[in-house]
Amino acid sequence: MRTRAVIALIAIAIFSVGCSYDKKEPENNTRATDTSRPNPKVSWSDFTNSSRNGYSDRVFFAFDQHDLDTGARGTVEAWAAWLKAHDGARILVEGHCDERGTREYNLALGARRANAIRDYLIALGVPATRIRTVSYGKERPAVAGADEEAWAKNRRGVAKPSGSGS
Amino acid sequence: MSRILTALVLFALAAGTAAPAQAEPVVRIDDPNFSPLPIALAVPKGSTEPENDMGRKINEVVSNNLSRSGLFRTLDPATFIQRDGSEATAPQFSSWKSIGAQTLVTGRVFLRTNGDVRVEARVWDVSSGQQLLGRAFETRTNNWRRLAHKLSDAIYERITGEKGYFDTRVVYISEQGPAIKRVKRLAIMDQDGANNRFLTDGKNLVLTPRFSPSAQEITFLEYVNGRPRVYIMHIDTGRREIVGDFPGMTFAPRFSPDGNQIIMTLETGGNSEIYTMDLRTRTVKRLTNNPAIDTSPSFSPDGKRITFNSDRSGRQKIYVMNADGTGVTRISNRPGRYATPVWSPRGDLIAFTKMQGGTFYIGVMRPDGEGERILTRGFLAEGPTWAPNGRVLMYFKQSRGGQAQLYTIDLTGRNERQVPTPSGASDPAWSPLLVR
Repeated sequence: MRTRAVIALIAIAIFSVGCSYDKKEPENNTRATDTSRPNPKVSWSDFTNSSRNGYSDRVFFAFDQHDLDTGARGTVEAWAAWLKAHDGARILVEGHCDERGTREYNLALGARRANAIRDYLIALGVPATRIRTVSYGKERPAVAGADEEAWAKNRRGVAKPSGSGS
Repeated sequence: MSRILTALVLFALAAGTAAPAQAEPVVRIDDPNFSPLPIALAVPKGSTEPENDMGRKINEVVSNNLSRSGLFRTLDPATFIQRDGSEATAPQFSSWKSIGAQTLVTGRVFLRTNGDVRVEARVWDVSSGQQLLGRAFETRTNNWRRLAHKLSDAIYERITGEKGYFDTRVVYISEQGPAIKRVKRLAIMDQDGANNRFLTDGKNLVLTPRFSPSAQEITFLEYVNGRPRVYIMHIDTGRREIVGDFPGMTFAPRFSPDGNQIIMTLETGGNSEIYTMDLRTRTVKRLTNNPAIDTSPSFSPDGKRITFNSDRSGRQKIYVMNADGTGVTRISNRPGRYATPVWSPRGDLIAFTKMQGGTFYIGVMRPDGEGERILTRGFLAEGPTWAPNGRVLMYFKQSRGGQAQLYTIDLTGRNERQVPTPSGASDPAWSPLLVR
């Protein structure tokens, strides 16, 4: 517990430095951290820590679709920036589906989703050797629940750092 | 003959009275006005208490099998008039007729000093008093359940004129825990849910097991070190091996009807294509070449054609092609998403999952796409598998927010029954009739 707290403190310290460095103009917002964006140089967990206004570690897809919308592209662009700031880091991209499809088709659909993300990362200049994809189909839902709200959260691509540098 | 491997020895019994020259089926089960045949199953009679115990256990398994098939109505033993054991040698047909029995099964049971059990069974037509079948079954005593299944198959075959399916097993995926932390294990059991056994420990995610034609191996998908690949496991030894050496995910495996090939899907760069691998020569052949999803392949029983699932038209539909990948034809032409086509062991039908308007359906159609019939529906119903006689389907079904469970249904759409499993269950695959 203690070491984790220390790491968290260091991470916050690095993060704060990054924030102040990034800030280019005075904000109207009274809470400066709300408008700051994470520095790609921080650890992945801080970079994607939503409680600290980080980028998400996941993007979402429409039903039976695998194309990235504008919001999803913005998130993947941030992942690319992080990867470029971490030379040795590798990334695992998981493709997931909701439960409203058949098992084998969903394995294929999850692979399509993971590869749509991979292709965009490569287009953004991330070497293919640093990206691995895996499909879990409908096997690993993020949330329980059998309604559209839950299914929308489960149709996702999730990035996880793997290997050194993360 | 090895006594361990030889499950059962069968003998024909001489007819008690004149037997019919031809074994004509007693009922026509495809008659639309068909109603279940009333059958009385007298407990096989022994001469000691252990023998009578064994007789009762066997009788219970047979009774459960026949009534679950939906083709028989097993009469309540409490209504039997002749139940002092004399029916085993001299049935009084008028008394069986008076309780509404059309068919009567009697038998004698012997426990031998060498540890074997022997059952001599006779099937009678009550109205004529004719013996329809006389057969003896012998096996090791601890193998008595298979004896009961063989006896069930013999009765079923004699009455319906169709092959039985009771001496079979089912592999499936056992599911435990909440949706976001689900543990899945490979499991195997008798078709009636008895003798459940787990084949994996739940550490790795496993999916979609299917039997080899010998019922000695299964092929399935396992995530080993986070990499989903097709494996083959030998059931008795637990020994497993990866199928081929592929750069991407391999999934949706099935054996070819001769057992020499695995047909499966290989995904590379997000594109899924259907491949076969010859298990003897390791030769790999690609059968589809399309940027769409091509998956869930299943051979016709003669091995000449393959049905599969593709979204090349923009939505999931069912296709048929020749075994070499030529002659691709779309066969599902109605609205809705169609998936998981599985060719019947008789060759005459393809079972499928259909999704439309938020509902899942299990249905069958002919290989030319005509004659579509929906058998059941649910919030989620998926993955039909055929009993070896092509008359019964098993699949899994789940209510909204509920747990997946296995069910069987007759090809007519009648008689949907849950199959008992220790926990949640999905991805069933029915074995061929057991030989050993």
